[in-house]
Amino acid sequence: MSATVLFDAPGPKARLRNRVCGVAGTLVLLALVGFAVYRLAAKGQFDGAMWDIFNYAGVRNSIVQGLLSTLQAFAMAGVLSLVLAVLLAVARLSDHRAVSLAATGVIELFRAVPLLITIYVLWVAAFTSQPLWAVVFGLTLYNGAVQAEVLRAGILAVPKGQSEAAYALGMSKPQVMATVLIPQAVRAMLPTIVSQLVVTLKDTSLGFVITYEELLYAGRQMANTILVGGENPYVPVVLVFGAIYVAMCLALSALAHWIERRGRRAKTGIAVADAESATPDPGAVGGRAG
Amino acid sequence: MNVLLDNLHLFRDGFLGTVSLTAASAVLALVLGVLIAGFRVSPVPPLRAFGTAWVTLLRNTPLTLLFLVAFFVLPQIVFPGISSYVLGVLALGFYTSSFVCEAVRSGINTVPLGQAEAARSLGMTFAQTLRTVVLPQATRSVLAPMSSIMIALTKNSAIAGAFNNFELFDVQKVLSDKGFNVLVIFVWVALAYLVLVFLVSGLFRLLERRLEVAR
Repeated sequence: MSATVLFDAPGPKARLRNRVCGVAGTLVLLALVGFAVYRLAAKGQFDGAMWDIFNYAGVRNSIVQGLLSTLQAFAMAGVLSLVLAVLLAVARLSDHRAVSLAATGVIELFRAVPLLITIYVLWVAAFTSQPLWAVVFGLTLYNGAVQAEVLRAGILAVPKGQSEAAYALGMSKPQVMATVLIPQAVRAMLPTIVSQLVVTLKDTSLGFVITYEELLYAGRQMANTILVGGENPYVPVVLVFGAIYVAMCLALSALAHWIERRGRRAKTGIAVADAESATPDPGAVGGRAG
Repeated sequence: MNVLLDNLHLFRDGFLGTVSLTAASAVLALVLGVLIAGFRVSPVPPLRAFGTAWVTLLRNTPLTLLFLVAFFVLPQIVFPGISSYVLGVLALGFYTSSFVCEAVRSGINTVPLGQAEAARSLGMTFAQTLRTVVLPQATRSVLAPMSSIMIALTKNSAIAGAFNNFELFDVQKVLSDKGFNVLVIFVWVALAYLVLVFLVSGLFRLLERRLEVAR
């Protein structure tokens, strides 16, 4: 149902009312934003000197360093989690009961435990001096479990005739999985997989808690240590770092949507999944899919 | 076992902290989310634009960054000295509201077209159509995604633990600092979260069964 079904084409009265509502709503919003800006400006957060900090090479360097660390953790975790996801998905679909039970246990456990706690435990237990690896392995375990469920859904969505035909040709179980089922599942689930990668990217910011020097940590350091006229530059830092994060996530989301559209164009194979994940993380169904 | 029994009060406080953070921010997220979803389908263009901006911005920001905004920028705008519990609930609630909004909006899309058309032909206004006809029917299809959202919220509340709130993450932290075996604590904390996750999904399954109708 498109939004326009919910109301009639406005007549003269309704148009006037809508315009009044629109103006009033806009005014209220502007007033709120204006109040926030006024209060922050009163604290000197919008002074030129406050924003001048981004002209210093040191500040710029630490932003770039933070960005690189974030991207490094993201790239490693992304690749490793996909590898783990394939392993877990195949293990969960295994005919051997012990293997599939073990995989189910791992998947359910790491999906139910907050990523922050996984990362923290890895940090304290094994990687106290290398927070990067705590972040990477934490993200890998959590997102691997989530992506495994995505892949499993994709594999189960491949029509049964496909694997039956492959077995009829005399292919072995690994061959069927590797050459028939997984390629089709990945193709169908690619938008969802990329959306989950967006979640992975956002979650690298949890490294902040265990002092991994990624983008958010760099921002926090900057905001805490730099003093301009007796005030910390919280607002400039939040705005700049927020913009960087939103831009990165939007770029990845756009990729997911593009892949989805491309997939819809082709009429062959199984239907391509939705890139729009309406949940904070699509794998959050822990406990629902038993 | 000793770790749990010796620190039972700590685990109890942490568990209750997580529950109360989750519950409070769930209420805030539901109210805000439904309101913004209403904005997004309303006949007033500025409100629609505001809804879209709200969802795009909040969904693409890491929750940790929102916590930084809540703890360092918000007190400067209103007044300093807001309790960290309120700030945590605000960050969690605002973040989750964008996901609730999207779930409600796609729920509205699943209600058959004829329903809204019939309501309109009876002369109902937009607010009446939405409130008495469309939203009640959308509730059913919204429950499943809402369950995932609330489970994610339960887990996200751990981040509030890193910002001066006492909940299960702090139990892990405090006990690790005291020198107990990290992995043993992890097992108990994980168990607590598993219980919570099953409680939330059980609650939603119950609701789903209650609201189920023969089609």
